[in-house]
Amino acid sequence: MPFPEESRLSVVRLRSQGFSGKRWVINKQSLRMNNSMPTRLHGRYHELAPHLVPMDYTNDPDCKLPLALIVNMPELKENPFRNRIVEAFSEDGMGNLSFNEFVDMFSVLSETAPRELKAIYAFKIYDFNVDNFLCKEDLEKTLNKLTKEELTPEEVDLVCEKTIEEADLDGDNKLSFADFENMISRAPDFLSTFHIRI
Amino acid sequence: MAHSLSFNIEERTDSESDSNPDYEYDDLGVDETAQNSLRLVERPAVRTQRCPPPTHSDVLKENSGADSLQRNDLSPATLWVLSSMPSRTAGSRSIYRPGGHSSQPHGQQRSRLNQDNGAPPKVPDLGKDRTESGLENFLNAFTETTWQIHLGSVLSHFFFTGNRKKLLSNLRSLSVRESMQKLRCMPLSLVEKIEIRQLAIRDVSKRSLISRNVPCYSQCIHSFRSWCSRSLPVISSLQLWHSALKNLSGRFGTGVLSYFLFLRTLLLSNLLLFAITGLFLIFPQAINPPHLPDNPMDNPPDSLSNFDLLMGTGSLSQSLMFYGYYNGSIIGTCAATSLSSTDCAQVMLYSIPAAYFLTTIITFFAICIILVYRVSTTFGRSFHILEAPRMMAVKVFSSWDFKVNKKSSVKLQSKKISTQLRELLSDAIGGESEKSWTQRLFRLAVRLIAWTVSLASIIGCTLGVHSMSEAHLTKGKLGGFDLLLMAVLVSACNLLLPSIFNLCAWVEDRDSPGDQVYVSIFRNLLLKVCMVGALCFRWLKRIAMEPESHGLQCWESFVGQELYRLLLVDFVFTALHTFLGEFLWRLFSRQLLKQRRKPGFDIARNVLELIYGQTLTWFGVLFAPLLPAVQIIKLIVLFYLKKSGVLLNCQAPRKPWRANQMSSLFLFLLCFPSFAGVAVTVAYTMWMVKPSRGCGPFRNLNKMSESGHLWAQQQRNSHLSLSWLYWTYTYLVEKPGVLFLASGVFLIVIYFKTQVADGQRRIISLLEKQIANEGKDKEFLIRRLKDLSKA
Repeated sequence: MPFPEESRLSVVRLRSQGFSGKRWVINKQSLRMNNSMPTRLHGRYHELAPHLVPMDYTNDPDCKLPLALIVNMPELKENPFRNRIVEAFSEDGMGNLSFNEFVDMFSVLSETAPRELKAIYAFKIYDFNVDNFLCKEDLEKTLNKLTKEELTPEEVDLVCEKTIEEADLDGDNKLSFADFENMISRAPDFLSTFHIRI
Repeated sequence: MAHSLSFNIEERTDSESDSNPDYEYDDLGVDETAQNSLRLVERPAVRTQRCPPPTHSDVLKENSGADSLQRNDLSPATLWVLSSMPSRTAGSRSIYRPGGHSSQPHGQQRSRLNQDNGAPPKVPDLGKDRTESGLENFLNAFTETTWQIHLGSVLSHFFFTGNRKKLLSNLRSLSVRESMQKLRCMPLSLVEKIEIRQLAIRDVSKRSLISRNVPCYSQCIHSFRSWCSRSLPVISSLQLWHSALKNLSGRFGTGVLSYFLFLRTLLLSNLLLFAITGLFLIFPQAINPPHLPDNPMDNPPDSLSNFDLLMGTGSLSQSLMFYGYYNGSIIGTCAATSLSSTDCAQVMLYSIPAAYFLTTIITFFAICIILVYRVSTTFGRSFHILEAPRMMAVKVFSSWDFKVNKKSSVKLQSKKISTQLRELLSDAIGGESEKSWTQRLFRLAVRLIAWTVSLASIIGCTLGVHSMSEAHLTKGKLGGFDLLLMAVLVSACNLLLPSIFNLCAWVEDRDSPGDQVYVSIFRNLLLKVCMVGALCFRWLKRIAMEPESHGLQCWESFVGQELYRLLLVDFVFTALHTFLGEFLWRLFSRQLLKQRRKPGFDIARNVLELIYGQTLTWFGVLFAPLLPAVQIIKLIVLFYLKKSGVLLNCQAPRKPWRANQMSSLFLFLLCFPSFAGVAVTVAYTMWMVKPSRGCGPFRNLNKMSESGHLWAQQQRNSHLSLSWLYWTYTYLVEKPGVLFLASGVFLIVIYFKTQVADGQRRIISLLEKQIANEGKDKEFLIRRLKDLSKA
């Protein structure tokens, strides 16, 4: 989550929709978004499941929305990586997001999140079998999702091999986070493509 | 670069753990690596004797072909060895130095991920739990990648209990700004970050009296900033046209979006320009209108017809809009009145000529600083001088545009990516396809023809504009439709020639689309530069030098009117092109050519048109101070026009568009040929050209710059305490030596930076070799360990 340089936290009260009780202590600068963003995000979270999401956070409710609801958002619906995105930000790894995690997700995917943070989460997203390495199977799955299975299996194989060959620095035939970060830092477009507007 | 947890093996003595070497990368000899790896070999031999043999991880699966190091094969000892290898622990040691600030090895400039995680966790003990899940946990604990990725796993628990103190102490040892930067980059959730921040800052403010003032000051700044962004929502750049941009990016992706973002940037800079001139120049003159001119011939008609509005003549020419309205008076306003309220106790003098001159200089200065700052930040991000060719990997991981959310655009994007991947693959496999001599010659001939055609058309148009301008000037008195014809000719050239360039590009059919874009940008740029050059020649050499021979009392107003006309006609033509051109082309291609494909949005051409319009505006600030307002209105209308045009007529681009690089290139083009050229021309006008006698604030002076000089002198005479101002003014503005000094310093800085970049490039290549060598070491070690454990 991006934070500003100021040394004090300021409390933003979410005024809309009759929010009462204990307010969310969210530094609106920390979200690197404009004034109405926390309100707007909560609005979006609420409209995914109006009967489940409470308006009042006094008792710090433990409310998590399931994966199926979140991937139906218009920003995520057509994204081939939508499941992995939501799973990467959920604590249990199954895709159930609380509001905190929801905010986290859109914060990392926002325009001004730092490159390192985006690289970390991009690695998590592309790591399908969650073993902290991008092995060949992960790459194959990524490619199939990217190209919607337009490439033949031989081509997919070749692309995976070439990718590993290019990016793997220490010769273990898979990409660790270090290799991934090293490679993605040379990608000038990464910051602008790994970005969802909300 | 690789990094991992550094393990303090609690079973060993303290001396052993301290003797883990700090791997400095000053000396990158291979012997050191070998030495270190030998040092590590000693310990595992001891370890394997103590550690109970794990259940299945010693089963070795020999793979034919590549020696793939399957994770499941390795004993914990091996894993420990692997994770303690130099490349894995590089950088993570450095934060333990007392005194806080992590010193990093040369080539690594970004903060390491887990440098801040404090003391490493205890090595989990396998002894109790030998089941498969226990082994899994154990192996997880030894993974070489960061624990942060595995939130919810064993290690994050370590973070929360044991390491938080270390993390906090590390954060506190840095300055507030740096600690916030580090915290920002950590992949923790919001709640955790808030807690850590509170803890870190609370202790900071407790520490000293001095630091207590700092939060206060920054709190004031913060509250001021939040008040500003709350009360001026339109100015807050994040909010303007937010939903429209989202819609566009969802359908068309980052490339087309960059055009609209550029438009928004220009709009905001024009707002700034207008604010400065409005405040210091237009407003004072507006509340003190000058007396009517004595010459009855110049009395304007009272009404303002549509034609006058288009041409900038008529009563508009005698308004605040143009240079001629401003007079050379010194306005006196009462600062403090005495109780009798008839006479002023103190008169504040506001000199309009000095204001005109100084405002122009200040606006150019402000824009220069903003532009240079923006260019330097974006350029560094997009054009990596240290870039190595890793096309395939980069394409796979960074080409999917997450913003696109419309189904058809998503399909198009997948197709685009698969085409690009296929192209890259064929390049990689086939290499450069061998062309026969005839083919190469044919290609060369086609390229020559295309270049000749484009250059000839540019020169032809320039000569046409020039000859028409000469014909007008020799005709004598200028007026009526002839003036409009000039603007129409220029705009028509600007409209038609890019289509010719597109045709040439299609005929040329270059291999790489990136080259095509650069060539097209170059041609468009050349066209615009020639056009503006011809116009400047007309204004400065012809009209300014002999204004009376053309029947002009006030040549500056005339130039301002020309600029105004150019802007308006350009806008009209763009509107016509958007509606008629693209719309008709769509109908034509659908009905006659039976193609379902809509035309693409030509980003390069549109951006260069924006740059051209902005060049004219900047040039016009001197001659028509209200011109930025016209440009603002034009940009706002253009936004909505282009948006509807793009949504109706175009589809997402099929060719790849390197959005980041292109955006920084456009910003650079805005700064360098456009702004620099305008600044030089305006400086020439102000310092070399004689202002007209009959109108304007500089009517009694030989040069416009003299007004500033006179004002500085006046200030010195009236307020002796401000004599330093006069001195600064004379030495900074009048003497050219300062400029030479500034350029010299600038060049030295550039040279220094290039040398640093060169050195870093060399170090990076050495580091990469080291990592590759380590990989080989790793394989060697693992074989040895396997042999040892077998034996």
